[in-house]
Amino acid sequence: MIKSELIARLAEANPHLYQRDIERIVSTIFDKVAGALCKSDRVELRGFGSFSVKRRPARIGRNPRTGEAVSVAEKHLPFFKTGKELRKRLNTRQDDT
Amino acid sequence: MTKTITRADLTEAVYQEVGLSRNESAQLVESVLEEISACLTTGESVKVSSFGSFSVRHKRARMGRNPKTGEEVPINPRRVLVFRPSHVLKEQINKSLSKPATIG
Repeated sequence: MIKSELIARLAEANPHLYQRDIERIVSTIFDKVAGALCKSDRVELRGFGSFSVKRRPARIGRNPRTGEAVSVAEKHLPFFKTGKELRKRLNTRQDDT
Repeated sequence: MTKTITRADLTEAVYQEVGLSRNESAQLVESVLEEISACLTTGESVKVSSFGSFSVRHKRARMGRNPKTGEEVPINPRRVLVFRPSHVLKEQINKSLSKPATIG
């Protein structure tokens, strides 16, 4: 499922809303999560999962082909941990919602 | 200090941005998460452009070990969710978090 399909499904479930509003809702949610991560804030959505940012310190790497040492700058990576409830749902029979 | 964003913050953002009631905003935040979860539960992956993709990976059964007791424990086959951040998101985060002076 891609974002436009997600929007279509939500539109179907919420016929009283404009598609345009649903698009804005979905974008707002992802923008808010991304914005929080940009400040290194955590995002915790109980039952779904949590997003956090992990820091990878600067290091001396090596070009595997030439063996040459290269300095790699510090990096920050977004990270997602699945929530308990969703993890459980992924592992139960699919017929339950 | 870092803060933790929760559903309440997402609801507030939707409320401010879209002009639905707080109640309805909360419901929609929930629906978005639910649609994503439901889709993943069927095994289908969810891709959100410029954010990232969630996909389901199948893990085979294996023998694990209780690190405390050294005891062998079977680990059942299971499905796990993996999130791959998009390049856009990674760049966005690095741009805002990297200090101006980095080691060259």
